[in-house]
Parts: sequence; C-alpha cells; structure tokens
Amino acid sequence: MNSATSASVPAPRHVGSRVAAPRHSTRPRRAAFTPARLGIYAFLVSAALFFLLPLYVMGITSIKPMDEIRMGNIFALPVALTFEPWAKAWSSACTGLECRGISVGFMNSIKILLPSLVLSIFMGSINGYALAFWRVKWANWAFSILMLGAFIPYQVMLYPLVRMFATVNMFQSLPNIVLIHTFFGMPIMTLLFRNYYGGLPVELFKAARIDGGGFWRIYFQLMVPMSLPIFVVATIMQVTGIWNDFILGLIFAGRELYPITVQLNNIINSTQGEKVYNVNMAATLLTSMVPLAVYFVSGRWFVRGIAAGAVKG
Amino acid sequence: MKQQRKGPRIAWSAHTALLPMGATVLIAYVVSMLWTVRISLSSSKLLPKSDWTGMTQYVNLFASNRWGTDMLHVWQFGVFFISGALVIGFLLAVFIDQKVRFEGVFRTFYLFSFSISFVACGVIWQWMFNPTLGIQRSLRNWGWENARFDWIASQDMAIYCVVIAVLWHSSGLVMAILLAGLRGVDEELWKAARIEGVPRWRYYLSIVLPQLGAAVGTAVVLLAISVVKLYDAVVAMTNGGPGDATDVPSKFIMDNLFERQNIGLASAASTTMLVTVLIIIAPLLYARSRSRAAGGHT
Repeated sequence: MNSATSASVPAPRHVGSRVAAPRHSTRPRRAAFTPARLGIYAFLVSAALFFLLPLYVMGITSIKPMDEIRMGNIFALPVALTFEPWAKAWSSACTGLECRGISVGFMNSIKILLPSLVLSIFMGSINGYALAFWRVKWANWAFSILMLGAFIPYQVMLYPLVRMFATVNMFQSLPNIVLIHTFFGMPIMTLLFRNYYGGLPVELFKAARIDGGGFWRIYFQLMVPMSLPIFVVATIMQVTGIWNDFILGLIFAGRELYPITVQLNNIINSTQGEKVYNVNMAATLLTSMVPLAVYFVSGRWFVRGIAAGAVKG
Repeated sequence: MKQQRKGPRIAWSAHTALLPMGATVLIAYVVSMLWTVRISLSSSKLLPKSDWTGMTQYVNLFASNRWGTDMLHVWQFGVFFISGALVIGFLLAVFIDQKVRFEGVFRTFYLFSFSISFVACGVIWQWMFNPTLGIQRSLRNWGWENARFDWIASQDMAIYCVVIAVLWHSSGLVMAILLAGLRGVDEELWKAARIEGVPRWRYYLSIVLPQLGAAVGTAVVLLAISVVKLYDAVVAMTNGGPGDATDVPSKFIMDNLFERQNIGLASAASTTMLVTVLIIIAPLLYARSRSRAAGGHT
C-alpha cells in the first residue's frame, strides 16, 4: 500500500559515505549528513538488537546442556551443542499433571484452530458482504454493537458464557471453544470484509442483481473470487490470534483440549523438580513457531492485517 | 447504493444470513454483559443468586486491599507502558522514515515480537530477568561484581519487568501505525521548514507529530485497551508475584471467578472494567461519528 508513496519522492540513496542524490535537494545537508546517517543506522541496528536479543537468548538456551546454563552466561554460545531439550520439550516435558510434552498442546491447538478458522472467516465474510450490499436495517445496529464489543475485555462476558454453555451441556468441549473463537473473532472479521466489500464498485453488485443473481449466488460466484486477498489477510490474523489465545482456551477448551499456550504456561510454571530452562525455552520456541512462520512468510500481509485492525481503532 | 427490486424473497436470504451475527451480538455480547452487571448487584458466591444487594459488591470491591493494589499496578503499568511504547514507536518510525536501506528488514525485526503470544513473551523475559542465571549473573560474570538487576524478585520493581516485556512485544505495533501516518505527511513541508532553518528533529516534533494526531490516537486507544486486558503476560511471567507485586485487575477477576468462587465480587470488578473501557473509547467513537457526519470515512 505504501510502496507507491516511497517511490514517488526522489529518494537520496546513501552508499557508505557517498551521497548520490539530486544536488538541488540535498546539497545543504550533504556535509553534515554523513555522521548523522551513521547515527541513524546505529540507532536502527541497536533497536533491532533489542528486539532480537530475547529470541537469540531463547534459541541458544534451548540447545545448551543444563551444566552450561548453570554457569550463568545466558548470552554465551553453547560449548556442547545438544538437541535433547527440543526432543524433551516436544514429547516428555511435564505440566504438573502429566509428562507428555508440548506436542499434546500443539495437536490440541491445531484441532481448535482449523474449525475455528473456517467458521470465523466464513461468518465474517458473509456478514461483511451482507452489510456492504444488502439493506438490512437491524443488522447495522447489530454491527455497531459488535464493533463496541471488540474493545470489551473477555472477562466481562466470560462467566455468563460459561453458564450458558454449561446449560446446554457443551461447556469445555471442542464445539465450545470453536464457537467462542467465532464469537470473539466476529467483530474484526466482519469489519475486515465489510470494509473490503464496501470499497468495491456498487455497479458490480447491481449488474449481478440485474442478471438475476440471488444473495448466495452473488456471494459464491462473484464476491468470494473477488476477495481472495482479504481471505488471506483474515487467515493470517485468525491463525495468529487463535494460536496465541490463552484465556479463552484456559476456560472453554477443557483439560483434555488445552491449547499450546496453556500447556506452555503449565510446563514453565509447574513446580516439581529443578527448572529445566533449556527444555522450557525449546517449548517456548515450539509454541511460537507457528505465528513466527506465518509472520515471516506473509510479511506485508501481516502488516496489512494490523492496519485493518488499527482502523477499527 | 443498495437496491432490491426483487421483493422480499431475496431480502429474506440476507436476513437469514445475518441471523448468526444477530444472535451472537445479542447472546454473546449484550445478554452476557447485562448478566454480568446483574450478578454484580447480587450476593452471588459460587453460583449466581437472584437477590438484590445494590452496590454492596462495589463497596466491598473498592474497600478491598487487593483491588486497590491492582488498580495502582495497572496505572503504573499503563503510564510507563503507553508512554514507552509511544516514544519507542515514534522514534523507530521516524528513523525508518529517513529513506534508509534495508527498510523492510528493520521493519520486519521490529514487528516480529508482535506476532508471538503474550505467554511466550512472558516466559522469555522471565528467563532474561532470572536473578540467579539471567542478565544479572552475566553482568557479574563479565566483571561487574556488584551489578544488580533482580527487579523480577523485587516487590517494587517487578511490575517494570512486565512493562519491559510487553513493550518488547507491542512497540512494533506503534511503529507500524505511526509509520503509516508518517507516509501521509506532505514532503513539501520539510522543504519549507528547511528553508526556514528548522532542524530535522524540531521538524518532526513540532510539525510532523501534530499531524499524526489520528494515528497517535489510534495507537493510544489500542495500547490502553491492552493495558486493561493485561493478563496472559503476567500469569506466564510472574503469576502476580512476588507477593502481589504484579497482580492486576484482570487477574483479580479470573481468580475470583474460577478459584475463589466469588462471582459477585468478580462481576463488580468486570463491570468496573467495562466502564473503564467505555470511557477510554468514548473519545474515539465521538471523533468517528463526527468525521462520519462530516462526510469523511475512517
């Protein structure tokens, strides 16, 4: 989205200390600028180090044997490299209840993620499409409340939802957590699709109507194919959002289906025995693997999702 | 914009398709919120009761030491976290906006932490701050014998550990929002300012920053909401400790709901939280409805 703006200005490209730019625009600051440019890069690089340092520490801790960790140099590279902590973290780390590793949580998170992802995105796109093109008056009211709801902390709705799901015997089951993710994902998903469809030319819709298209036919044959990019953005947002959720999984998934974040917290803060920091760090990395992969693969798309979420404000 | 010449048959399918949304709004949001408010006006302990006790739960809540401490913590956290994130985010955005090389790489590094969970974030920093084996120990091993960096074990300083951890997690978001805003500022302004002899830093502070009002507002609201919601990171990092040094309102609510069986008190606390959030977002909603009335669209 922003690539056009940065290309339109005559960008002074600095290579080392040389300034290669149109003279008239940069001459006055040329002499004074080289140290300043260095300063800029120094700042940017140190900031990058601040962000990367914890990741680095986590990575090297996870491949060090405990003897080395006990010597207390968290920044030092491992002398004797070991991948055992990763194996342990995956399959035999203890949560205080059992010792089956983070893999249990990983599988649970996938079980929760897939249906939640499909349902929440489908609902969001239907809502967005209907709100953007069809005049359903009450729905606009509902949408306004939904937008307000996006800001409300889960704690406010949590207990009544527990009671409601308990009443219909669904509390702490897969359908329970999937529905919960659908409910709480609905504001942002609906907004995302509504804004996207609202930006499409109305003539398109009108033409489809004149051709006799009904609600669903226009949705499936016209809107869905046209909105694939926004489906990608929605997928990225929901994969990271649902994977990283802690509080909803803790309450609504149930012990058998605890997602990976809850499992991680139980492993880290389980009180039995000596703390195995290398295993803990490996477990943390395993937990963060999915969102990090999504982030590094999708890059610009992820930012686009954030921008869409930020517009919601 | 919308036309329906085909009569009710088609319109019905739109209504039907929107029913799940209507039901969600009604049940998961409206009824749930009202129910919570209702419970807060009763003497409910383990299960909801249908008596009316007026403001008793609120009186108890505000009289309780723990809630008082929690409010204090959330203020401490909020002030340092929001100002910190704004300063870091603004600096990062401005420095990135200097037409630097590898801009994309820098941006990627500043934002990646935002993609991981608060739980993981809390765990990472718990390890970094570990007083016996973490940063403090490394400083001592490097010859700085008296180095002290045991904040996480300190009653007074532990909350700032949480601030640092969450800053690491979320500052990149502010950078992304402000950078988008910066890209909308007219380049001509800098040319004019330079002719006047305005230094670069002054230009950003006095000319650009005021123009970023909307972006800063968005960032502040998002950050403020995350302050109110703060829970996962605390649970993973300190679990409220040492003592109650990092206990926060949302943890108060969760404990009272699911461990202490005091749902009346917890609901009073959630209702207070709800009102707080409404106060935070009211200016935003007001600004938005005004810009919509003026024909603008956000």
